[in-house]
Amino acid sequence: MKKVIEVEHLRKAYGSLVAVNDVSFSVAEGEIFGILGPNGAGKTTTVECVQGLRPFDSGLIHVLGLDPKSDGIALRQLIGSQLQESALPDRIKVWEALDLFSSFLPHSLNWCELMNQWGLAEKRNASFSSLSGGQRQRLLVALALVNNPKIVFLDEMTAGLDPAARHVAWDLIRAIRERGTTVVLVTHFMDEAEHLCDRLAIVDQGKLVALDTPQGLITTYANQSKVVFTAEHTDLPWLKQIPHVRSVTRHGPRVEVEGTGPVLALVAASLVDHGIVPSDLRTEQPTLEDVFLNITGHGAHN
Amino acid sequence: MRTLLKLTWVELKLFVREPITMVFTFALPLIFLFVMGGVFKNNPDPDVYRGVGAIDYYTPAYIALVIGSIAVVGLPVHFTAYRERGVLRRFRASPIPLWTIFGSQVLVSLVIAAVGGVLVTVAAKLAFNIGMPESPGLVIGAFIAGVLSFVAFGILLGSLLPTTRAAQGLGLILIIIMLILGGAGPPREVMTSVMRGVGDATPLRYVIVLIQDPWLGFGWNWAFFLIVMGIMVVASLLSRRLFRWE
Ligand SMILES: Nc1ncnc2c1ncn2[C@@H]1O[C@H](COP(=O)(O)OP(=O)(O)O)[C@@H](O)[C@H]1O
Ligand SMILES: [Mg+2]
Repeated sequence: MKKVIEVEHLRKAYGSLVAVNDVSFSVAEGEIFGILGPNGAGKTTTVECVQGLRPFDSGLIHVLGLDPKSDGIALRQLIGSQLQESALPDRIKVWEALDLFSSFLPHSLNWCELMNQWGLAEKRNASFSSLSGGQRQRLLVALALVNNPKIVFLDEMTAGLDPAARHVAWDLIRAIRERGTTVVLVTHFMDEAEHLCDRLAIVDQGKLVALDTPQGLITTYANQSKVVFTAEHTDLPWLKQIPHVRSVTRHGPRVEVEGTGPVLALVAASLVDHGIVPSDLRTEQPTLEDVFLNITGHGAHN
Repeated sequence: MRTLLKLTWVELKLFVREPITMVFTFALPLIFLFVMGGVFKNNPDPDVYRGVGAIDYYTPAYIALVIGSIAVVGLPVHFTAYRERGVLRRFRASPIPLWTIFGSQVLVSLVIAAVGGVLVTVAAKLAFNIGMPESPGLVIGAFIAGVLSFVAFGILLGSLLPTTRAAQGLGLILIIIMLILGGAGPPREVMTSVMRGVGDATPLRYVIVLIQDPWLGFGWNWAFFLIVMGIMVVASLLSRRLFRWE
């Protein structure tokens, strides 16, 4: 796979605060690459350095063969940006903004289509200041796409969107990737990262702490699954003897069995053998949330 | 070029949708015109107003005042508000060169100033029957030079001032000083020497006289033209260096 972004040993400090500390990663053409971490982790700083919007202290960045430090304007013709903190003039209308931003480059998309896709058609003549948070956000994402970029950077794209709009946005992002656009997605939402990204960099306090596919991260860092059921029997000592079982805990009638690999099938078979057939037997698969906790020792919403 | 024209057109529409700015820009010179005209009438007096009628003298000054209020109040507030709200950040992230953003402000200011200038001229003609420019071509040239120079000055203020509030406050103080002492207020002949000194230090004075001279038949004022162009060059160079996107 061709690499479209290469970052090596990126470092950026604001005064004495080191916001990005020796971060290296690369992004392949056509993938959805996620950068996940809690607020203040340095995600925005990283992607804005990559886009040539912030100066950085040391390290090397190449985007589509260009150096964002010296080729900023050339680079911005090839990429699209939805910035975390940005706005449009209060009184500009939705269609005017799309029309204006599509005029910046000759190979722009048809903005009417984008406006419909992102659910802005009925707000066509509304001014930016009259839009809701979610509508503004969708307009800013549409503007990032209007130049038909090779890479699009989305920084907290779904902030302010309601759950239904988030799922629509996810589908649209997948559709963008199908067309061959590389997507760099910055988020602090675990579920978004897990569902959408092909590969994921986890950052915490300026450092890149893990990088893999979501499933790879879960396998490596949160390999435990949990089997849960209710049973009236008070004494189930044999549960601990089942291969792959690590621990058994009871909360009243609720039993939680933690283990690895094929633990569900083994526990289920063993329960049947002992004449216990709970109707609510299920597993709780580990999620990125567990990965995050295991790596950093704290949650993503601290 | 397409981007420049499109941005200019959008910015013009935004200006028209901002009633307070528009009223301030167009009404301020008209209020002065009617107050001063009501007090002084337009009869020539050899001792003041360079020997012409008061409104013959003031009309070019009020045209310059339109330019002044666009550049010293309007533009800095526009740029600081764009910076504060993150609009400049959004522009910067798109492939739009800085000169296009500056250029659109030049064109927008030219159009607004032209509308304001015509408004002042027509009102002065209808209400006080002023004399039309002796050298219309030179008046237009002086007007354009004044706009270019003041837009550069306004962008410089917008680059320097940290907040919208600072831009509003300082802009109003500057425009009032320029208005009163720069040549749109009491005639120079009755000012104290200190007042004249301050007046000489305000850029607006040179634009006023540059427009006034060919209007009243005193010809092209080369010295003042060079000063006006000098302000433009210095302000442009400083703006390029000091401009901040965020
Ligand atoms: N312009 C700035 N000046 C000073 N500190 C900043 C600036 N931008 C970000 N920071 C600080 O750098 C750290 C990383 O911020 P940021 O990159 O925005 O993180 P994230 O996007 O992951 O929330 C935070 O502690 C933040 O307060
Ligand atoms: Mg951020």
